[in-house]
Amino acid sequence: MKRRVVITGLGVVTPLGNDVSTFWDNLVAGRSGISRIESFDVSSLPVQIAGQVKEFEVEKYLDPKEARRIDRFAQFAIAAATQAVEDSGLDIREENADRVGVYIGSGIGGIHTLLENHNVLRERGPRRVSPFMIPMMIANMASGHVSILTGARGPNSASVSACATSTNAIGDAFKIIERGAADAMLAGGSEAAIVDLAIAGFANMKALSTRNDEPTRASRPFDKDRDGFVMSEGAGVMVLESLDHALARGARIYAEIIGYGMSGDAYHITATPPDGSGAYRAMRQALEDANLRPEDVDYINAHGTSTELNDKSETLAIKELFGEHAYRLAISSNKSMIGHMLGAAGGVEAIATVKTLVEGTLPPTINYETPDPECDLDYVPNQARKAQPQVAMSNSFGFGGHNAAIILKRYS
Amino acid sequence: MADTFTRVKSIIVDRLGVDEDKVTLDATFKDDLQADSLDVVELIMELEDEFDLEISDEEAEKISTVGDVVTYIEQHQ
Repeated sequence: MKRRVVITGLGVVTPLGNDVSTFWDNLVAGRSGISRIESFDVSSLPVQIAGQVKEFEVEKYLDPKEARRIDRFAQFAIAAATQAVEDSGLDIREENADRVGVYIGSGIGGIHTLLENHNVLRERGPRRVSPFMIPMMIANMASGHVSILTGARGPNSASVSACATSTNAIGDAFKIIERGAADAMLAGGSEAAIVDLAIAGFANMKALSTRNDEPTRASRPFDKDRDGFVMSEGAGVMVLESLDHALARGARIYAEIIGYGMSGDAYHITATPPDGSGAYRAMRQALEDANLRPEDVDYINAHGTSTELNDKSETLAIKELFGEHAYRLAISSNKSMIGHMLGAAGGVEAIATVKTLVEGTLPPTINYETPDPECDLDYVPNQARKAQPQVAMSNSFGFGGHNAAIILKRYS
Repeated sequence: MADTFTRVKSIIVDRLGVDEDKVTLDATFKDDLQADSLDVVELIMELEDEFDLEISDEEAEKISTVGDVVTYIEQHQ
């Protein structure tokens, strides 16, 4: 028999705050975390804005000496995982360590480390490339470090599916517990790719907003004047646990995860099919997995990137799947405020979705000013809204044509 | 010797995050200073920079104590 899986711990590092309550308060207040990039010279770049993590206190989580050998993306993951474990009250010890796993992905991995060492290679030769470069750079290292630090010895892996990375990680971790291979999993994603090389690459794809003079208005999902996504950084990690395990230890249960679907577009390296058929298949599969009818879903935490293509095709996919109900359910995009955290997006947004269910508040889609006739659903424009959603879906779609959706439910 | 040892010690303390009084001439990198093979490679790079010399991989493999490093540097400066 399939085991029920619940969420018992949350942890985030975001441009809107480095703990869950600050992040959530800012999200509900409709604040933007996007600003001009300060950490390096952006004068020659076409895009000069991002959602940067500010005042990140790595020493709260790591000895400074250790931190020097851990890339920023993995530091974020460690911070989020530490918060989530503390929040859950899960005690990982000798007797249960083999039954606790880690599944934290990253779309890009340690690109800061890669660039620094590439500079060293060019300027000083191969003998000066750090022996820590590889273990700092590889994208699975967040899962590795979190396992080492927490002692979790159960199932351990990492997804790398671009912007679908952490929804895949959470969905896969859910299935690992459901089939009985672990009792608890630390799952989510992290990203720290705000570097000139990545900005230039994404900008040259014409994927990024160039609204450099108005950073807080740049990410505007579903608005007619959207002109691309805004890159951001951070991490989101949650503790998933079998219901029995959570009940046995008297854990506080935030919500239940009841469905997971994924699909491939088989279409184009970066573009989504105009009809959103890949997104549709992932969402449909998640509904089937949860054994729900479309009208059971009250809220969708959209992928909503603020690109011309995504917002249109995601809207189409929602209409295709939900029919008339598409006009009754509420949809919002956290990316309007936090930007696009790439491989961390699904983790942070799943956490926002949990809070949405628990708090009975739908965070808004900010910067929604001019309706787009092709995006004609209820995007919870500009103001948070009180509601009592029972079932919520969270979507993530990535370059390569990866689509993932999870369904969460209020716990009762 | 004393000067070389002081400089080596300060790099070791900084890189490995160990207490200064643990860094004696007899201290072994692996057991006493808890350095793994990657730590040692990085340390040798730092020492090469600090003392402007090159320690070949073969020579590096022979190094086991802090004293080995100090002696090597003294002999090759």
